[in-house]
Amino acid sequence: MTIENIFERLKKEFGDAILSETVEQNFEPFIRISPQNVVDIMLFLRDEEDLKFDYLACLSGMDYKETLGVVYHLYSIQHKHRVTIKIEVPKEDPKVPSISKVWRTADWHEREAYDMFGLIFVGHENLIRILTPYDWEGHPLRKDYKQPEEYHGLKVPY
Amino acid sequence: MGLLDKLDKPFEYAGPDIVLGTIEDLLNWGRAKSDWYMSFGLACCAIEFMAVNAAHFDLMRFGAIPRPSPRQSDFIIISGTVTLKMAERVKRLYEQMAEPKYVMSMGSCANSGGPYWEHGYHVLKGVDRVIPVDVYVPGCPPRPEAFLEGMVRLQEKISKQEIFRKRQKFSKEDLQAIEDRKKAMDEHFAKYLELQNKLKG
Repeated sequence: MTIENIFERLKKEFGDAILSETVEQNFEPFIRISPQNVVDIMLFLRDEEDLKFDYLACLSGMDYKETLGVVYHLYSIQHKHRVTIKIEVPKEDPKVPSISKVWRTADWHEREAYDMFGLIFVGHENLIRILTPYDWEGHPLRKDYKQPEEYHGLKVPY
Repeated sequence: MGLLDKLDKPFEYAGPDIVLGTIEDLLNWGRAKSDWYMSFGLACCAIEFMAVNAAHFDLMRFGAIPRPSPRQSDFIIISGTVTLKMAERVKRLYEQMAEPKYVMSMGSCANSGGPYWEHGYHVLKGVDRVIPVDVYVPGCPPRPEAFLEGMVRLQEKISKQEIFRKRQKFSKEDLQAIEDRKKAMDEHFAKYLELQNKLKG
């Protein structure tokens, strides 16, 4: 299935939930969706016979300065096609529905996105830090992150 | 280097196979030639370190045997980036080792933070901030040959170390510094006790 066909299927099924689509040469085509419908759309993409996205290749947190976001890279091992999905959430209330029930892979990916960007994945069963220590303050990959002066008495700056 | 150097100039008056030396020489010779290290790797330097262990470079010819426990090992090789999370564990491992103990810092990360020196919010900028280092091996990562050079330097250092009457051989300034440090620690402890009593009472 070509990327245009996949976008067509999504627009037909979900209509307003699809915000925009971008197909440019030399770039990975992607589609923007509204955060409320993430779980429905992901389940649709996973379960439809002709889509069958059975593999969540990557789930990344993003900081767009004004807003935060999540990027999902999906791949179908059976049909050998791929799609990129993006969502944006406000920085003040970064709540995203969790898809850890759709693909188990998303469990640790979402924990990482929470750890690094402070995105709150609603519905995740064990949303704790995964890379930094549990008592770490702040979310390091945010653009406004300030490096700490010390951690447990260890000086951090050079 | 220590006792073995004297093999070339034996004590001729008594015979060609007599070597005169001190007990210290003998003990240091034993210590330098049977260093057991902790099999412990942190990051990509550990890969190079594994190469040193393998047949081509053969670390065992230095008398170094990997030990799985800090309680059995003589020295520890900090092979890789020391993150803040790991720094506490590294310190704990070092404290569990029995004296005499030595530390070899391998690679730029363990020496000074390496590529993470400026923006590494999670990296300890040099393992010498938590434990005392005897030998620094530069490189990113160091070649196995560089590591072997570090091993030779460590053996040199061990074979020259003082064992008996250490205090008497210290310089006056060093002894004064030790006394000052003792005093400062006592004061610190007194303050701590005072605080504890205040919290209790």
